[in-house]
Order: sequence, then structure tokens, then C-alpha cells
Amino acid sequence: MGHGPAVKLGKDNAAGYKARIGISMFIVYTLTYFGFVVINATNPALMEKVYFGQTLAVLYGFFLIIFAFVLAIIYNHFCTAAEARLN
Amino acid sequence: MIYTQSPLAIGLFIAFVLFVLGLSFYLARRTTSAAGYYAAGGNIHWFTNGIAFAGDYLSAASFLGICGMIATAGFDGWMYSIGYLAGWMVALFLVAEPMKRLGKYTFTDALDSKFNSKSIQLMAAISTLAVSVFYLIPQMVGAGVLVQPLLGMPHWVGVCIVGVVVTIIVATAGMASTTYVQFFKGALLLICSTALVGLVLFRGLGTDPNQGGSKDYHQFLTLNANVVAGSLQVDGYQVVAGLDSEFGQAGFVKLAKDGLETVWHLQESPAGGYTLTEAMYVTEMADGTKLYNGAPKEDGKFFAVGHIKEITVDGQEIAQTGAVGPFAYLNRFKDSTVVLWGKKYVKVGDTTTTIFYQKPTPGSRILRPGLKFKVDNATGTEKFNFISLMLALFCGTAALPHILIRYYTVPSQAAARKSTIVGIAAIGFFYILTLYLGLGAMTNGVINITDNNMSAPLLALSFGVVLFAVISSLAFATVLGTVSGLIVASAGAVAHDLMDNFLGMNMTEKGKVMAGKVSAMVIGAIAIYLGIIFEGMNVSFLVGWAFAVAASANLPAILMILFWKKTTAQGVAASILIGLTSALGLILVSPDMWVRYGLLPQDAPVAFNSPAAISIPASFIALVLVSLVTQKKGALVEEGAEA
Repeated sequence: MGHGPAVKLGKDNAAGYKARIGISMFIVYTLTYFGFVVINATNPALMEKVYFGQTLAVLYGFFLIIFAFVLAIIYNHFCTAAEARLN
Repeated sequence: MIYTQSPLAIGLFIAFVLFVLGLSFYLARRTTSAAGYYAAGGNIHWFTNGIAFAGDYLSAASFLGICGMIATAGFDGWMYSIGYLAGWMVALFLVAEPMKRLGKYTFTDALDSKFNSKSIQLMAAISTLAVSVFYLIPQMVGAGVLVQPLLGMPHWVGVCIVGVVVTIIVATAGMASTTYVQFFKGALLLICSTALVGLVLFRGLGTDPNQGGSKDYHQFLTLNANVVAGSLQVDGYQVVAGLDSEFGQAGFVKLAKDGLETVWHLQESPAGGYTLTEAMYVTEMADGTKLYNGAPKEDGKFFAVGHIKEITVDGQEIAQTGAVGPFAYLNRFKDSTVVLWGKKYVKVGDTTTTIFYQKPTPGSRILRPGLKFKVDNATGTEKFNFISLMLALFCGTAALPHILIRYYTVPSQAAARKSTIVGIAAIGFFYILTLYLGLGAMTNGVINITDNNMSAPLLALSFGVVLFAVISSLAFATVLGTVSGLIVASAGAVAHDLMDNFLGMNMTEKGKVMAGKVSAMVIGAIAIYLGIIFEGMNVSFLVGWAFAVAASANLPAILMILFWKKTTAQGVAASILIGLTSALGLILVSPDMWVRYGLLPQDAPVAFNSPAAISIPASFIALVLVSLVTQKKGALVEEGAEA
């Protein structure tokens, strides 16, 4: 039985570079996410404090969602540039 | 009781189902190869695939479950949204491109791409089936919940409709049809939810949730009571169950007036005596008969709930904010006092009474964690349980087979990456909307307190039957789409991984497609059966477990194959086996399952419900140990070195 991609893919010389920046960004986001989880678990009252008219919980939640999108855009930018440069 | 059927909703629903079936039959004519059936020929555009990701991912759990949970537990419900979205970062940064590079049709292909190992093929296929079935049950239950208000039909009819329609879709056209249906549904869900949030903001916050003047909200009364010669006395009411009764010991009393019995929450008054606040109750007799506020469901004595007690703006108490922007809405909400609802059980003989009582709660308390998850003054186990759940949500997404197979429908690695980013944008935007949908339901008097899953559609109903019809049809389509994806993934596991690869049955291209279709029909029948027997089970409850099982069984294997050179075939198989069995085993002996067995939760062998914090590390350890022991026998992964 043949294994491999559903469509034929050319060799991707940028794969190693993309994996490295992927891991770096993954670490950054994971630390941000687990900061949120740790505050919730250890000091939930802190999340009720108000900054800019919103509770810290709401601000942190919005930040995590928007930060995910921003990181994704940056990641795509670097990956696309690397593919153009190396392939 | 709280909702009535609308011909428009029924008409729209039927039109939508016919449209989906028509699309499916049209696309079926183009699907003749295995690549076409399982991976849509690998030629779906990345933007279409990205929105289809959103369609796949925004299942009944997201649209119905999360909105319902936010409506009753505030921020804790929204934490599911945050966790689900965060999981996409694992998918994007670590899994998307390598999965595309390694796989052919299924998740098992990617795991097995360097080994061609029978043990990996078997374990990965079993894992795919287990996770998909776990995920299928809440979707089918969600379908049953939806058809009751939408079509006025019993739960099992809804389950059967979904089962039959989806099985026809999948058995005819496979992944191409599923992708276009998901694209269509995902896009419409985003547009309609945005419109609904716009209407919520336009209506603003008010202390009288009369739904724009179209429907009167039940006025919950407060009474004063005195104790005379040891017994409670309330003007105009007869005391049926007083301070010394089982109700009294639980903090409630039962009163009667004009032949109607009502239950009241008892609180000591600072001026002496008691203050009684009106509660709602469901009585379940020994023969299973249920009465709602003392009357059959059809009598309409049980009310929709959700109101604000006080709104304070700049130190002034106001009745209505008028139209507000998204940040002002949250700001005003934070400074309000909202009436949430607590739940207690009172058992008298063979009759169990479930009492729902008012709990006025500051908005700032609702907009921070702690109403559902025990995090304030929590024990170590309670904190462990919370962290474990958040870990499962974070790690689960990138290990869900029906999400992973979507990487094979696009033509390149760049397209896989871009479609993931489109998915993240669409899903992240939707999860921001869920906060407003949930808080909107919480304050607009639309919550059915016995089943909060319908909060979002009922919020739409408060703006008119047209929006309700559209949103309900979309919610149903949500279930249809997710179930389609799950059945394609399961059919792939049986027909491609087990029959073709593991058993080595030499099939032609047509034979492979036929095997997939027959598998889809069998799994569809199993899903219908499970959907019926699990009626009444909480939708998000099972989804959380599906994430934990997926994260434990699949993610360590995926990551280690990609990033650890010494991974062996035996290590991968051991990791899946240990992850799957430890997660399932811990779930089966958890306190929540103990309740379902009819036992006391405190008697359960383990004190936590979420297994991920144990089963994920166990799966990693199994992979490392077995790989190290089998170094000479197993083939090394060269891909990891490259990645």
C-alpha cells in the first residue's frame, strides 16, 4: 500500500526553517496561555481587577484570541518569504 | 413550554436539508477515486478549506454548549472558547505542514508514513474510531435537543434525521461534499451570529427583559415571613412544607395560593423573620412523571429566566442603557447585578424536587473565573482538575482526526498553513461573539434553566421568529456538518486503515470507495443508536472528554514523530495504547461518571474529572521508554531530523 501525500508535493527546502520559527512561536503562545491558566487557578480574585474599564479576565481572554491571530499572520509572513527565498 | 413551533422555521429547516442533499448528490457525480472520496482530490482552495475548518470546529459544543454555559456560568463558559482557540496554535505551529507533507488520506497515514507498521495502523485506527465516536455522541444528542423546539418532535426523531441525512451525504460524496457544506455553514454561522450580536448591542442592557416590548417577563416576587410559635407564617399563603420539612432543611419552603404550589428560597432578614424569594422547581415522581412549577409542561407555568437586578452607570442606578458599543456593553455589564440561578435537590420519599433559586451576582464576579470551576479557596485536586481541563482543550484540537484529515484536501503545505490561519481568524472571531451571545441570553429572559443548550437560538427568538428560524437551521446544519466530518474520518479509519492497510485486503479504487461508504453507513447507524441512548447528557461534557482522549492518544505520537529522531514504530503504538487506555480508564472511574452510574461522586476512585494532566504525560513517557528499548529493532524517524 502506498503511503505519502494525496497530491504530489515538491521538495520544500524551507521546511526546517519553518519548523524552527513554528516552535519558537509555539513556546511564546504556550507561555502566554499557561500564564492565563495559572493566574485563574492560583489567584482568581486578581482576574476581577479592572483595567481600561474591563476585568483582567476579559482583557486577557481578548488578548489571547487576538494574539493568536497576530502570531499566525507573522508566522505566515516569515514562512511565505522563506519559501520564496529557498525553493 | 417556553417555545412553540413556527411554520417558517420548519420550512427553512426542510429547505436547508434539501439544499445540502442536492449539493451532495451533485458533487457525488465527481467522486470516483479514493483520493476524491477521502481528500476531495486534494484540490480545495485554502480559503474555502479555512472556512470549512471553522464549519467543522464550531460544532454543537461551540454554538449551543458554550453559549449556554456562558449564559448560566459567565466567564467560565468563555474559558472553553479560549482553550479551544489556543489549541489551534498547536495545530498551526507544529502540526499543519508536517501533516500535509506526511499523510495521504487519514491521520494514520501520517503516523505510519515512515514505518509501514501493522501495530501503528491498528492502534491509530482504533484511536481515530474511539475519538470520533466520543465526539459523535454529543453532536447527535445536540441534534435531538434542537428538533424539540424547532419541529416539535421527540429527541429520537432528531437523532434519526441527522443520522440518515449525514449518512446519505457521506455515503454519496465523501470529503468534497462535506467541505462545501462546511464552508457554506461556517460562513452563514459567522454572518448570522454577527447580526445577532449587533442586535444584542443595539438593545443594550435593561432591568426588564421584555424582549423589546414583545413579551412580558415573569415578575419574580419577594415576600416577608414571620415565625409565630415555631411555625412560618406568610400573609395570603398557606405553608405546605415549612422550616422543619426536607425543604426547610435545604433552605426552602413550599407555599400554596389558589391551589397552586410554589417554592421559595429562605433567607434570614436583618430586621428579623425571613425574606422569601420566588424559586422554580421540577418535581420528578417515582413513575418518571415530571411537573414544572407544579403543573404539566404544556401548562406553561415554567418560565424562561435571565434578568438584571440593578444597572449602575457613574454611580446612578438606571433601568436601561440603550444601544451600546461592544466594550461599553461589557463595562456596563460589569457594574450591574445580574440574577443567576443556583440548583438544589430535595428528596421526599420517592419524589425528587429540583429547585432553581435566584442568586443575585455582581457583573464583575461573572466576568472572572470561579462560578463553574472551583478555583477560589480550591483544594489541590480542584486546581489540578481545572488545569487538566485547560490542558486537554489546548492539546486536543491538533489531535482530532476529523480536523487533521482536512489538511489532505488542499494542494500544498502553504495552502495547509493558510487555511489554518483563515480557520483561526474565523473561529477566534466567532468565539468573541460567543461572549456576547451568552451574556445576551443571560440578561434577556430567554434561558430554559433545565436545558441551557438552547440559549443562543432562544436569544435569536427574542428578536423575532425569522432570526430564530435561520439560527436554528444553522445550528442543525452545524450538527450535520460536524457529524459528516466525523463519519468520513471514522470511515477512513475502518476502510482505509484497517481493511486496506492493516488487513491487506487488495481492493481496487472503486472497491476502496465502496468500503468507505459501507463503513460510513455502519458508523452512522451506531451514531444514531448512541445519540438516542445518551439523551439528556450534557453536550459540552462529552466534548471535553473527546478532547482529553484525542490529546492523550494522538498528540504525543504526532509531535514525537515530527521532532524526536529516536521515535520507533513500537514507541508510537505504545504511546497511542497508553494514552487511549489511561484517558478512557480515568474517565470511567471519575466522579462525574460515578454520578451516571447512580453512585455518589465522592465514592469514585479518583477525585478529578479531567484525565489529560495524567494521561498525556503517561503517553509521552510510554513513547520515550518503548522507543529507547526498541532502538535497534525499530526504524528511526528521519523526518524529525529534517523538521
